[in-house]
Amino acid sequence: MAITKEEVLHVARLARLELNDAEVERFQGQLSAILEAVSKVAELDLTDVPPTSHPLEVSNAWGEDIPHTSLTLDEAFANAPDRDDDHFRVPPA
Amino acid sequence: MSSGIDTLRLTAEEALALVDSGEVSSAELWQAYRDAINEHDGELHAFLTLVDEPEGNGIPIALKDVISTRGVRTTAASKILENYVPVFDATVAAKCRAAGMTLLGKTNTDEFAMGSSTENSAYGPTHNPWDLTRVPGGSGGGSAAAVSAGLAPWALGSDTGGSVKLPSAFCGNVGLRPTYGTVSRFGVVAFASSLDQVGPVTKNVRDNALLYRIISGRDENDSTTVDVPPVALPEGTDLKGLRIGLPRQLNEVEGIEPGVKAACEAALAKAEELGATVEECDLPLSVEYGLACYYLVAPAEASSNLARYDGVRYGLRSEGADFREMVMHTRHDGFGDEVKRRIMLGTYALSSGYYDAFYASAQKVRTVIKREHDALFERFDVLVSPTCATTAFPLGAKSQDPLAMYLTDVLTIPANMAGLPGLSIPCGLSEGLPVGLQIVGPQFSESTLYRLGHALEQAIGFDVVPERLR
Repeated sequence: MAITKEEVLHVARLARLELNDAEVERFQGQLSAILEAVSKVAELDLTDVPPTSHPLEVSNAWGEDIPHTSLTLDEAFANAPDRDDDHFRVPPA
Repeated sequence: MSSGIDTLRLTAEEALALVDSGEVSSAELWQAYRDAINEHDGELHAFLTLVDEPEGNGIPIALKDVISTRGVRTTAASKILENYVPVFDATVAAKCRAAGMTLLGKTNTDEFAMGSSTENSAYGPTHNPWDLTRVPGGSGGGSAAAVSAGLAPWALGSDTGGSVKLPSAFCGNVGLRPTYGTVSRFGVVAFASSLDQVGPVTKNVRDNALLYRIISGRDENDSTTVDVPPVALPEGTDLKGLRIGLPRQLNEVEGIEPGVKAACEAALAKAEELGATVEECDLPLSVEYGLACYYLVAPAEASSNLARYDGVRYGLRSEGADFREMVMHTRHDGFGDEVKRRIMLGTYALSSGYYDAFYASAQKVRTVIKREHDALFERFDVLVSPTCATTAFPLGAKSQDPLAMYLTDVLTIPANMAGLPGLSIPCGLSEGLPVGLQIVGPQFSESTLYRLGHALEQAIGFDVVPERLR
């Protein structure tokens, strides 16, 4: 199951990953081999098999609605690459 | 052993007794391990960050660097978090702190816990204390190497596809991947959320049970956690009535090393002598399709979890003319190759046109795997196999071939997909390197795993200190 150079670039764009030419070439070969191996899951007849998204049968995990202290603004900004007052500053969209 | 404390042999339970009786102070104990780190970590590289001023009055611990520690750098072994200092503790870190434990440092891992050898760390690999030319296993190779070489009495790892069990096997430690939902992931750097679990890495089975008791339990900050049944500390060696199943597909997996097979068979013979019954059984679909299932589900979840690294709120930011370019450059510069591969693989499996064939099928295969295990637990209390088909492999042996690296996890993955607990204990040596025995049980059967693990540990008498350090 080969993946084309265009598909590698398409997926990288979806994932917001910049790739250089050498990386595109390297990942094309590696991803093709991996996809070939994992496409095995399509061999099985899975009609009427429900999906499992979570290994425990837990639903509706409710918590009490109790107010409590959270991070201060300074804590929340402690690791910010670029802070402007009470905002994260980013380049123009 | 400057202080007279032999960190290579001292168990955590013994260390607790020393501190409780006042024979050794918490600070002296911490210093003994720090001295061992200063002496040996140059050649091992088990630690990414060391703590210089520990807090607490108990015994020391090392934490895998995916566990957030307030005020102590937490990198997930990635360049994208190189300077990240958490402002809060992960629940498991807070529980260790509340128990008085003193932090030694943060241990090396494959970047974002993605790997089986710790070679994917952005800060260089960890070396196996039994043979410095070999990998310690991964992703939690740092925690396993630290415990094995006497640089920490015990440690925490995290296990998505085998990242506690595999390094424990390769380094001769006891490692538990707990039942999904028993240990909080709050504050643990997320990889694949339907699989990630934090687990203890220790020198023996009782230490493992002690640490699991401390870290497990429902946490309101992680809605997947549940109330955990009490964990019995294992005593004695009587295994009467214990029904052990031996899945053929795991025990006769392709490429199994003769020495690995022999060590596991010897351990099972001991289990029979102690009163257990051993019978072969089958897990045909789980083993044949488990790896493919895992390498779709885990990357799909990873591609979503790692979308948060965008250079805005924390972590690395690279330059870019506009917002989109800044994000793309940040992720290019910050993530290593394996992380990029998994993000792209997951994005592909979730993308329009491929979702049904890949991700939706994988979720159904997961049901098949769960049902196959459930059926076996009607007849057996536990399932036993090697943790890995081989012992620790040489550094570099698989690092250029991602698919070969993925195959390392073929024996640990099936139980993980089903949310089952698994304990790896050392059961002997193959050509001088430790062999891990994997014991898997139904959900919440940790006490049973510890019972068998402890009995075998007594019967086998494995020396956990690497031969080159004795």
